[in-house]
Amino acid sequence: MRQGLVRALGGVAVLALVAGAAACNSTSKTSSSSSGKCGHDIAFFGALTGSEANLGVNIEQGAELAIDQYNQKNGANCIKIDKFDSQGSEQLAPGVARNLVTNKKILGIVGPAFSGESAAADPIFDQAAIPLITPSATNPTLATKGWKVFHRAVANDQAQGPAVANYITNVLKAQKVFVADDQSAYGAGLADQVKAKLGSSVVGTDKTGADGQQTDFSATVQKIVSSGATAFFYGGYYTNSGLLRKQLTQAGWKGTQLGGDGVNDPGYAKAAGNAAAAGSVVTLPAQPATKASGDFVSQYKAKWGVDAGTYSDVAYDAANMFLQGIDAGNTTTAKMNTYLSTVNYQGVANSYKFTSTGELDPSLLKIWAFKVDANGVPQPDQEVPSS
Amino acid sequence: MTTLQEPTPVETPPRKARSFQLRGWFSQLPWPARLVIILAVLACGYLLPYLGDVPVIGPQIITQGIDWPSALFNMSYYVLLAVGLNVVVGFAGMLDLGYVGFFAVGTYTVALLCSSDSVLHTGWPWLAAVPIAIAVAMVSGLILGWPTLRLRGDYLAIVTLGFAEIIRITADSANFLRGNRGFTDVPHPPGSHSDGSPIFGVVDATPYFWLGLTVVIIAVLALRNLDRSRVGRSWLAIREDEEAAELMGVRTIKYKLWAFAIGAAVGGLGGVMFAGEQGFVNSATFVLQFSILVLGGVVMGGSGNIPGAILGGALISYIPDRLRGINDPIFHTDLYQFRFLLFGLAIIIIMIFRPQGLIPSRRRSMELKDRAKEVAPQ
Amino acid sequence: MNFSGLIHNLGPLTITGLAQGAIYALFALGYTLVYGVLRLINFAHSEVFMMGTYATLITWGFFGLNQNSATPGLGSVLGYLVLGLIAAIIMSGVTAVVIEFVAYRPLRRRNAPPLAFLITAIGASTVISEAVGVATHRNLRGVPPLIKPATVVHIGNTTITNLQLLIILLALVMMAVLDVFINRTRLGRGVRAVAQNPDGAALMGVNKNRVISLVFLLGGLMAGIAAVMYVLKIGDTRYDAGFNLGISAFTAAVLGGIGNLRGALLGGLVLGVAENWGAGLFGTEWHQVVSFVLLIVILMFRPTGLLGESLGRARA
Repeated sequence: MRQGLVRALGGVAVLALVAGAAACNSTSKTSSSSSGKCGHDIAFFGALTGSEANLGVNIEQGAELAIDQYNQKNGANCIKIDKFDSQGSEQLAPGVARNLVTNKKILGIVGPAFSGESAAADPIFDQAAIPLITPSATNPTLATKGWKVFHRAVANDQAQGPAVANYITNVLKAQKVFVADDQSAYGAGLADQVKAKLGSSVVGTDKTGADGQQTDFSATVQKIVSSGATAFFYGGYYTNSGLLRKQLTQAGWKGTQLGGDGVNDPGYAKAAGNAAAAGSVVTLPAQPATKASGDFVSQYKAKWGVDAGTYSDVAYDAANMFLQGIDAGNTTTAKMNTYLSTVNYQGVANSYKFTSTGELDPSLLKIWAFKVDANGVPQPDQEVPSS
Repeated sequence: MTTLQEPTPVETPPRKARSFQLRGWFSQLPWPARLVIILAVLACGYLLPYLGDVPVIGPQIITQGIDWPSALFNMSYYVLLAVGLNVVVGFAGMLDLGYVGFFAVGTYTVALLCSSDSVLHTGWPWLAAVPIAIAVAMVSGLILGWPTLRLRGDYLAIVTLGFAEIIRITADSANFLRGNRGFTDVPHPPGSHSDGSPIFGVVDATPYFWLGLTVVIIAVLALRNLDRSRVGRSWLAIREDEEAAELMGVRTIKYKLWAFAIGAAVGGLGGVMFAGEQGFVNSATFVLQFSILVLGGVVMGGSGNIPGAILGGALISYIPDRLRGINDPIFHTDLYQFRFLLFGLAIIIIMIFRPQGLIPSRRRSMELKDRAKEVAPQ
Repeated sequence: MNFSGLIHNLGPLTITGLAQGAIYALFALGYTLVYGVLRLINFAHSEVFMMGTYATLITWGFFGLNQNSATPGLGSVLGYLVLGLIAAIIMSGVTAVVIEFVAYRPLRRRNAPPLAFLITAIGASTVISEAVGVATHRNLRGVPPLIKPATVVHIGNTTITNLQLLIILLALVMMAVLDVFINRTRLGRGVRAVAQNPDGAALMGVNKNRVISLVFLLGGLMAGIAAVMYVLKIGDTRYDAGFNLGISAFTAAVLGGIGNLRGALLGGLVLGVAENWGAGLFGTEWHQVVSFVLLIVILMFRPTGLLGESLGRARA
């Protein structure tokens, strides 16, 4: 008897879980397509959950801030942001992308955040002709696939890598450099560029697991220490970079660690600790946010309670580009795409103008080197040539 | 396999759960009626992509944050994987924690043979690569099986886990497999509409689901027949008592290898389908969590039972997808962050209340009851 | 392949490997103890460990220590270490027992098939790590610099830092303590009895449920110690810190002979050293391949691990 009761309760519990889930559906597909400024959607596409969610959240919050500010001027709920959580996974990206393209109110996409999911999802956006601006997918091949809707608001790896190498040779004047990467499309691409440019001053290389796959870098640390290198470039994101820096300091290594834009984030010092992070050099393929940004940094902090992270500002600019397009009356995806091909936008992170393949115009490619200060904040150091 | 024995007499619940009665009713029907019912169910299966158009119920079932036909396609290859893993775990009773390794082998074979990024530069169409991919997956199953079949239970489990990790790391790190950069332009399945547009495009996933469902049906029919053949009975004997089976003249090594190879082939087939739909393949998919998830599906559905494996495989793909775009009733914030938390809870609840799985294998539950009886009177 | 690199760095790589392996060993004990008694892979053990790392950091945070604070004096460092250890041990032990109670005991009562336990373990593991992930916004939490890096031994190019020495010694000591506990005490005899023959032990008056709780608790305690060692060594923790480490630790347990306490120690150390040698020889990206190939080769020749299984016969 008791068994039967328990069983029945269990069945009810499972049913309740499913039914409850079903009941609180967020089905709000009102079809009020207005021709004015309002009633349109901007989509975010990237990881909001999963182990790589941090970068996606940075981007989403940057874009959402832009849309909130627009709505404050033009009425609440004027433009809606639709969040599409790909979990950063290539496996899920096509399904999520197909879901995105069924929403006809979406005029533009901020994202996809990573290069891998871009390769899986962008063909779908291209077919559906929804313009996208990626603030962070830096793999060079993405621009070579002939996707008409593809725009990249940052420099690709081909520009950043040589700049880092130039900084190492000309500013640090390091003779012995160790290069490692996290084997991500982004990190490995960048590290390969750095290695190619540095040539014979590379005294050792290594590859680690990706973010979340490895936390103990003692073997890599050991190799760096015994290679006698005075500079260490890590192609990867800030979490692993910070952990490496911390463990290198723990092992008594005193050289300079360098990283690309994936490391230019407060999370780097959070992982490494301010003391260890101080003096590290990170690059950014754009104008330093604090130079041109105006109030972006403080507004971001006020809205989200955290500091703006990597790509938050670029995402903010990307969303604003779409919003400016809407202001200019481009309320179909086709018009928006044409608009983007001619846009000349002055944002908080950079100025934007796209080439025919969707890359940033080469004249606008600015690579800045930042130095992490004693409080763990990357401060603009100098602009570095990328050739 | 591990055995867990409870010394205290168990109050075996009177097995009268409703699913059993339903099954009894079904098996007593005359065969034409059964055939009609099966065909009707299959027809409903093919109509699933249009479920959203059914009033009232439809919108509650379909997924929100992910395109419904895509979610269905994902379910179809998860089901394929669950059915294949069920051969190894459910039929032959060998714990395999690295099943996704075979899925990866299938996917990468297609990518290597078909993609323009491949070092082979063969550029085959998708269809031509299918038999090769399945064969390669099968061979990889034999390669894994041959040195490890002496191992039992949990030792085998860790070795299979290691095997899958080796494949994943190789995919990540070996240059010719392109790691995280991946293969682009993996061709889709062939065929075009009368107006020249391809049937298997990128925007609509419905044709992929139909293809996936067809493959699942074929695989299920084949495996069902196999399970009822001499091979299936040998697996049963091995699962129950390997030494006794050996004594009775069952060539255990041979049939265990069979199980591995067939399981691997089905897993490879899943990979082939996956590659054909994605068009892009990189190393990030084949993580260990994926293997564990599929195993979770098999056990949750009912290990050793094909309908159970189908249900479990579909659920592990469906539940997380369905939990997208859900708001909590109080604050109306999106619960996306809690998706996997809820999924974990669902697994625990299901397993506690139905420890034999949602649709338990009749044969297996009899075995377990048998085992309980052996232990009980002390 | 980089033979000269390996030969040149053999000493340093061995030391880092031993330190890493010591953590694996402590972690592996949890798997081995539970397996020895229940024949069950406790997949949720990685979360037991992860909870320990957070308990330590929260305790230290309670005293105003964060990763940017200065290193305190030696006396207070010792105090903090002890407090951190206590917090981690309590938290890990409690987590382990709670997991047993919520995810395993109901199944045991229902005489569930062994695989069902594996799946609830996976469910429990997901729930715990996701809950912590949501609560911490999936961010890292940094560790205060309690131990100033210093080299204590210097032979050739091989150096041993104070932290490495501490980790290795602590692991050996804990191992010895546990060994004595299992082999010499009354409670330990109960554990061995249940491991050898659960039904026989029950007939002889051993309370099986209590022994099982005890085993989970012991595994949790060891994981707690491993957690403190880990945060000091790595410098950070995160909601998914346990997962990958758990796989290595489980591999170590099987390598040594699962269910065998000394096997866990040996397996952990062998695995740590093998991984680091492999990283030196082939590159760090291949270190896990090296450990798994080693595992497969060893199991081919010794199908129950280096020292064989059985907690019950650990004394022999």
